[in-house]
Amino acid sequence: MPVPMPDINLIALLPEILILLVAMGVLLLTAWSRETTQPLLGLVAMAGVALAGGILLIQTGMTTTTFGGLFVLDPFASAMKLLMLVATLLPLLMSWDYLARHRLDIGEYFVLTLFALLGGMLMASSGDFITLYLGLELMSLSIYVLAAFNRDDPKSNEAGLKYFVLGSMASGLLLYGISLIYGGAGGTGFAAVAQAMGEGGGHAPGIGLRLGVVLVLAGMAFKIAAAPFHMWAPDVYQGAPTSVTAFMAAMPKIAGFAAIYRVLLEPFGPMQSQWGPILQFLAVASLAVGALAAIAQTNIKRMLAYSSIGHVGYALIGLASGTELGFRSVLIYLAIYIFMNLGTFALILVVNNAGVGDEINDYRGLAKKRPLLAFLMAIFMFAMAGIPPLAGFIGKFYVFMAAVKAGMIGLAVTGVLFSAVGAYYYLRVVQRMYFEEAETAFRMEVGLLSRLVIAVSTLAVLYWGLLPGGLIDWAEASIRPLL
Amino acid sequence: MVGLNHYLVLAAILFAIGLFGIFLNRKNVIIILMSIELILLSVNLNFVAFSRFMGDVTGQVFTFFVLTVAAAEAAIGLAILVAFFRNRATIDVEEIDSLKG
Repeated sequence: MPVPMPDINLIALLPEILILLVAMGVLLLTAWSRETTQPLLGLVAMAGVALAGGILLIQTGMTTTTFGGLFVLDPFASAMKLLMLVATLLPLLMSWDYLARHRLDIGEYFVLTLFALLGGMLMASSGDFITLYLGLELMSLSIYVLAAFNRDDPKSNEAGLKYFVLGSMASGLLLYGISLIYGGAGGTGFAAVAQAMGEGGGHAPGIGLRLGVVLVLAGMAFKIAAAPFHMWAPDVYQGAPTSVTAFMAAMPKIAGFAAIYRVLLEPFGPMQSQWGPILQFLAVASLAVGALAAIAQTNIKRMLAYSSIGHVGYALIGLASGTELGFRSVLIYLAIYIFMNLGTFALILVVNNAGVGDEINDYRGLAKKRPLLAFLMAIFMFAMAGIPPLAGFIGKFYVFMAAVKAGMIGLAVTGVLFSAVGAYYYLRVVQRMYFEEAETAFRMEVGLLSRLVIAVSTLAVLYWGLLPGGLIDWAEASIRPLL
Repeated sequence: MVGLNHYLVLAAILFAIGLFGIFLNRKNVIIILMSIELILLSVNLNFVAFSRFMGDVTGQVFTFFVLTVAAAEAAIGLAILVAFFRNRATIDVEEIDSLKG
């Protein structure tokens, strides 16, 4: 009996294949190289990520499915992967000094980072629940280990353990949801599921499918740390090594949102009346938790964890609106978010090199000793608070506009109110830096790579705040083919 | 005659036991690892039952992937737990509380 060969187009997977080969290569080199040469493997990893970015840019605009529909390459996937590559490359660049200081610059660190990136890229390109699940697990498992990477630090161990337990439970929920969807729809391909859900012409599909949708969304909400599935985030952000926290706050969120886009638009597309309210609830809960719980925090990494929960809330407002404008606004928001967030973390890593801790009070008087660093930190804080003319304002503006145009005025008003509350805790950092006396001398060198990351992030935040046209066009070109 | 619903109910019960095992257990992290494993097994049972009764092979393929991932997950969980134990000399759930705010 002749076995039909599935269509396999390896060109579509070129960035993924490259990342995989680099990761494997670095793993082998780690085994064979001395401890002193291992930091150089970081350069290999960064070069691989940059090269994959180059291939992605060439691929932009290509639309194809391969492996029998398991893998989808379209402008949306390319855009999300590009964001993920940026969100991997910048943390690697800026954590160079930090890793060396904490003796974490061994080959495995870079291998795990690359595997996490690979998982995220697969999620963005998934055309089937099997690919989605495998990508998600590859990403999550790598990040559990990264969170616990500082083996001698009990806090890091604890962060890894907590993330592992709660993350595995969330994967279990997601998987149980997928199994119910499989039973209800008779297949795991996104197209097959969409067809099954569309049957019945607007009538609610069976209880199995509906429960499946809820469970899958709950699992996804966990991965992007949307309230009420956020309880792991503060502990893990605080306990993990700061370089890992920076990575964790950026790349997995992009991947999570990419996966949510994929399932909402294709398989769950016909069920918008079902998932719309769920997303609205997640958005409001995340906004509330992000704004209110952050006020009481004294640790800056913990505060940024709550801040990222809040940012997820804003992005979810855009998704909940369910319109093209909404989907586009989320992409704009995410692009701006990674630069604001990575810029902040780059500065935290720089200050950390001076030997001060992660408490907000440790930043007292930074403006008197290192005025430029304090000024840049203030820019990022203002951007996160959404104060014009910085990019954070543009992101929030588009999300709220999408909600208003979709008739969800209540949701937009809630968002505006919570962003006013949120401004309080961002400004508190600025107040500590500028209006209190310094206790330490902040004697540290700012490495060349850190300077580069901070400069790029600052430019992005300033440029998109004033001239967001290019970003908006890019988001539109990426989203349009999907709808 | 054992039908599809019997398998689904059994899987749902196993899933519920796994979830409650994670939340109600206050003693030992190993029990949490077992509960996670139970959740994944209940999913496998669902997949195989659906696959058998729908005559579609995708569910069984998915089961193999889930089994593989479950093995990797258990290995990573135990590795993190060992690292934790070496620093803290305990795997008591109540003792995992140095991070809070």
